[in-house]
Amino acid sequence: MAITISASQDAAAGTPLSARLSTPQVWGILMIVPYLLVFLAFVVYPVGYGFWLARQPSSYVALYHDPIFARAAVNTLIFLVIGINVKMLIALFLSGFFVQSRSWIKWLSVIFILPWAVPSIPTILSVRFMLNPEWGMVNQLIFKLTGDDGPNWLNDPSVALAMAIGVHIWKSLPFWTLILMTGRLAISQDLFEAADVDGASWWQKFRYITWPSMQALYLTCTLLSMIWTLGDFNSVYLLTGGGPADLTHVLATLGIRYLRLDQLNLAMASIVCALPLVLPLVYFMMKRLSR
Amino acid sequence: MKLPTLREAGTEARLLLIGIPVFIWTMIPIYHMFVFAISPKEDAFSGKLWPSHPTLHNFEIVFFQQHYFLRDFWVQLGNSTIIAASVGALTLLIATAAAFSISRLRVPGGRIVLNLALFTYFIPAAFLAVPMYRTMGNYGLLNTSWALILAMVTIASPYAIWVLKQASDKLPVELDEAAVMDGATSLQIFRLVYVPLMMPSLVAIGTYAVLLAWNEYLYAFLLLSNDRDITLPVALGNFLAADDSPWELLMTTGFIYALPPAAIYYAFRRYMVGGLTAGAVKS
Repeated sequence: MAITISASQDAAAGTPLSARLSTPQVWGILMIVPYLLVFLAFVVYPVGYGFWLARQPSSYVALYHDPIFARAAVNTLIFLVIGINVKMLIALFLSGFFVQSRSWIKWLSVIFILPWAVPSIPTILSVRFMLNPEWGMVNQLIFKLTGDDGPNWLNDPSVALAMAIGVHIWKSLPFWTLILMTGRLAISQDLFEAADVDGASWWQKFRYITWPSMQALYLTCTLLSMIWTLGDFNSVYLLTGGGPADLTHVLATLGIRYLRLDQLNLAMASIVCALPLVLPLVYFMMKRLSR
Repeated sequence: MKLPTLREAGTEARLLLIGIPVFIWTMIPIYHMFVFAISPKEDAFSGKLWPSHPTLHNFEIVFFQQHYFLRDFWVQLGNSTIIAASVGALTLLIATAAAFSISRLRVPGGRIVLNLALFTYFIPAAFLAVPMYRTMGNYGLLNTSWALILAMVTIASPYAIWVLKQASDKLPVELDEAAVMDGATSLQIFRLVYVPLMMPSLVAIGTYAVLLAWNEYLYAFLLLSNDRDITLPVALGNFLAADDSPWELLMTTGFIYALPPAAIYYAFRRYMVGGLTAGAVKS
């Protein structure tokens, strides 16, 4: 390695390390130390402390008997299995739409990114008020058009959860569409031209050209989105607050709920319960990204 | 100009059939927020699609802090700005140094640090929030800006290191070798060669960290609580506590708060799209 030629001892003279390390390596260590300090102080310590708080078996017994925890676990699974797959399918479809070369589609893609760029709190609260049964725009519109009162959107647990998933999709769809677009743009245009000459249909082109070159990316995106969605606190908390009657909690909001009730052990235990779901996903992602 | 064929018109119609719903879907919550912001109170609660008397009065109330909920608007906006700027600067400093050390200086154990950072990147932020809250309490940082700044730096830097490491691996190693031949020290290489060449990625990462901190709600509301310490999103969340919340003011404030990130995003879009999406999933 050429860099090590310039070994000199002026930078760290006197320390035992300097005998074995070259100056660039000393600098290398000095420059990585800030991150290591952050990592130790704000990742290792909190995670270790969290596990220590979650050590008592009684916490897990309490969780087992808490109907809200079971409900939150089910909600989380619904959120992940239905929410993520619907989102990724739409993103896959829209990525095909946005790679079309039309100037109005270029403009639309600029607007389309807005939900991702703006803070979630004002937009989610905007949806929350839109769905207000008495004054919300949606029900006022339903009343004007049909003369009937609209449904009480956020008061029915399954509708409220569906709305939270909708908000989540609204917020994160642009990001995944953008990523899948880069995947589509990486496919050689020659393949499509050849397929056109052979008279391939739209579906055949997707099935035999687009999908084979995108499926690895699509899978990675889906898994990554699942991990992140587990931590999506805003969509549920700001829209429903976990209500009605704590029936729309997901694991991300449940931990905070226990924290507010001063049941710190339960908060940590509920997160530990999610680890069997998270760790395989993380392991898979690490293997894919860090080769 | 020749007329479009029937087939072309059909394609165009189908594209519009997708484009129009996408536009409506994207704009509804934002439009709703905007309508509230320009509606007087009576109009806001009548569910009109466009107010009969659009007004900028709400903005006046917000800017002059003429409502109980908004009495610290400027202080809170200032907190948001200071915290976002600090998170951006600190993340850039820490992550650039770490990426340079791992990728260019090939520090021993760099690979392990990179994997640890990547692992942190995959911890769902809400899961870390509860232990982070207690940790900040133990460190005595709770209710200070530092708590939120350090927490957001912790969350932002793994991804920053990852993206910057990917980008700096692409710089030719001959550059460093040539600089070493000319007698440059590591620090000089960092300052005079590395940072200028990495500028596009650094802009992308800085923007990413600033937006992340500006938009954060969960950590902000856990770690800060005094009225004059909180960031604006926490203040917006506090509106919800009251039954008679002035929703038109809430939406106005939210609209104002959403403008800077949107502007920053569009200003740096060129860098963001290339720099961030590339690092996000591509290996």
